Amino acid sequence: MSYKQYILVCGGTACDSIRGMELFNALKTAVKENGLINEVQVVRTGCLGFCEKGPIVKVLPQDTFYVEVKPEDAEEIIKEHIIKGREVSRLLYDKEQSKIHVAIEGIDFYQKQFRVVLRNCGAIDPNVIDEYIARDGYKALEKALFDMTPQDVIDEISKSGLRGRGGAGFPTGKKWSFAAAQPAGQKYMVCNADEGDPGAYMDRSTLEGDPHSVLEAMTIGGYAIGADKGFIYIRAEYPLAIKRLENALKQAREYGLLGNDILGSGFSFDIEIRLGAGAFVCGEETALLASIEGNRGMPRPRPPFPAVKGLWGRPTVINNVETLANIPVILLKGADWFNKIGTATSKGTKVFALTGKINNSGLIEVPMGTTLREIIFDIGGGIRGGKAFKAAQTGGPSGGIIPPQFLDTPIDYENLAKIGSIMGSGGLIVMDEDDCIPNIAKFYLDFTVDESCGKCAPCRIGGRKLLNYLDKICDGKGTHEDIENMREISEAMSRASLCGLGQTASNPVQSSLRYFMDEYKEHIDDKRCRAGKCKNLLRYTIDKTKCVGCTACARVCPANAIAGERKQPHAINNETCIKCGQCYEICKFHAITRE
Amino acid sequence: MSTAPTTAQGTQKLTPELKAFIAEWKEKPGNLVMILHHVQQHFGYIPREVAFEVADLIDVPLAKIYGVITFYNFFKLKKPGRNQIQVCMGTACYLKGGEDIIAELEGILGVGVNTVTPDGEFSVEAVRCLGCCGLAPVMVINGEVFGKVKTESLQGIIAKFRNA
Repeated sequence: MSYKQYILVCGGTACDSIRGMELFNALKTAVKENGLINEVQVVRTGCLGFCEKGPIVKVLPQDTFYVEVKPEDAEEIIKEHIIKGREVSRLLYDKEQSKIHVAIEGIDFYQKQFRVVLRNCGAIDPNVIDEYIARDGYKALEKALFDMTPQDVIDEISKSGLRGRGGAGFPTGKKWSFAAAQPAGQKYMVCNADEGDPGAYMDRSTLEGDPHSVLEAMTIGGYAIGADKGFIYIRAEYPLAIKRLENALKQAREYGLLGNDILGSGFSFDIEIRLGAGAFVCGEETALLASIEGNRGMPRPRPPFPAVKGLWGRPTVINNVETLANIPVILLKGADWFNKIGTATSKGTKVFALTGKINNSGLIEVPMGTTLREIIFDIGGGIRGGKAFKAAQTGGPSGGIIPPQFLDTPIDYENLAKIGSIMGSGGLIVMDEDDCIPNIAKFYLDFTVDESCGKCAPCRIGGRKLLNYLDKICDGKGTHEDIENMREISEAMSRASLCGLGQTASNPVQSSLRYFMDEYKEHIDDKRCRAGKCKNLLRYTIDKTKCVGCTACARVCPANAIAGERKQPHAINNETCIKCGQCYEICKFHAITRE
Repeated sequence: MSTAPTTAQGTQKLTPELKAFIAEWKEKPGNLVMILHHVQQHFGYIPREVAFEVADLIDVPLAKIYGVITFYNFFKLKKPGRNQIQVCMGTACYLKGGEDIIAELEGILGVGVNTVTPDGEFSVEAVRCLGCCGLAPVMVINGEVFGKVKTESLQGIIAKFRNA
């Protein structure tokens, strides 16, 4: 069955939460009421990426891109655009207020993107397996099962140069070959969907928008290493992704693409979902396995590596969602196609969740080797409110804070490591002049201290010590000796911690000490926070020449720290001031200064 | 969220559905976390007396159950408020004022984070990244997502839920 026109509505979590579902239903109703049910199909797709401007609606074949669409707009889209063929100009994305039609490729946000992992996100209905199949879905599995030996599959993946997208960047083909080399018997294929990095939602969007790509890849992996059982370990905080996965599993079983004797090949494989429960450390392989086994998610020393001794002591391969989503494309288009994308050591693309103080936040996919400048300024549209760019942060709490001088560094695994950060899973957080670097370092340490499982001393004690020093500095009580101690502890933590969490927890501290020492110095020597974020360092004063004595500040002050006669200049008592900033906000005469 | 009857704490019991779920998972290795998820989904938390029942049914020590519950952020030992407020503390939300949202909520409700208001109406939690960073700062009340939240609008939002 084919339709004349298709209306794609983004069904990602962000769009969903701003009445996306209501919009979808309104469009369906409007199509029905206007008697277009056989001509127009309304599809609820996965994330289209441009979360900043959601909910997003795309109309095919005209490729019209509507942004910030409300359910009330549904009727107009149908009546004007679908029936009369006139685009609803007020809903078009317009950067220059021109309200003219721009095809999706013409939008700056999409121009430098290249979608491999997200190839189906926003293009298909993730709840319908036939739509995935229509876009070559499960063809790679068929090819693997009937035209390739398990060794052929591993060779192809190795040749593609694909590396793990979960953080460390270990070559995927190599990982598979370790597990395949273990004697036959019970083996497991595990998908790590425990996306715990704050500010990262790539895996969530992939699972919500294209769940079958992950199921297909896991089955291919199972065939390659000789496993008949897979687990998807996913955060319980992602209910929509879980629902779509459950539905996809059911459909795949019905189609004989999972279960016994897949497609009559004699190969059997099935997948179970296991829920995480909010523990960042479970992103670490051995901790994740402990959690699937129903225990506290604590890591154990490696070796033995999971590929040798994993789940219940059996050989296990653990791949991240994004890594897996690459697999079917590599098998279909070939390793030689894939390894032409990217840089010498990092092949393919990388999905980033671009967030923070940026104009176009959203989900993006770019070839490895793209620079931060292209991502932040071309795709992201620059810094919000015309402020100055201060830093970018990749790799979440395990990554580093990258200063402006590296804006033109091509992003790949090696380059990021060189400048003291990591690729991580793909969170990319942009900070502007209003953000205080020691305060951000404190935020990340606070997170890792809270998430440290406590098993090894370097992470448990070192993290706590680092946090104490950062607290001191942000309170204006830090010393230069504290900085030296922080350096030493950071070094010890990265060398001696048991798992990746502890080994990388000091990265935000180390990188910020390296590139933003002047800010630490200001906090220590001048007791000053230039961004105005460290409350204890702030001082509010009233400019007597500007104050008209309206008493607004004195009335709003919760600490009664402001005194003055009516129509006379007021004054702030800094002893009792709690630095809440309410007077600063309320003053209409800009008479209050904060420094 | 929870549809459990609001009986006094200390009298909660596993329902037949939960018992059936446990029976189904009893023999599966690594079942504990999944069972606790189901228990919490039903009650909104994991009542102590229910944990006793689970321990008996799947034959693991209560100490292990307690160990698992307290390890993971997701599991709760105390009954949350009728309206559960979650404020995202992911990096994007933090940068865009997540802390101010919490401070304002504390002021409005008169209780700190991770506590329930005396009337049992509200509880506020600071939670890990909810993954809608494009909408930062984000807050969730009873599963409903509020994006680009402003402190000025909190009073109105809370009032809506108080009377609902």
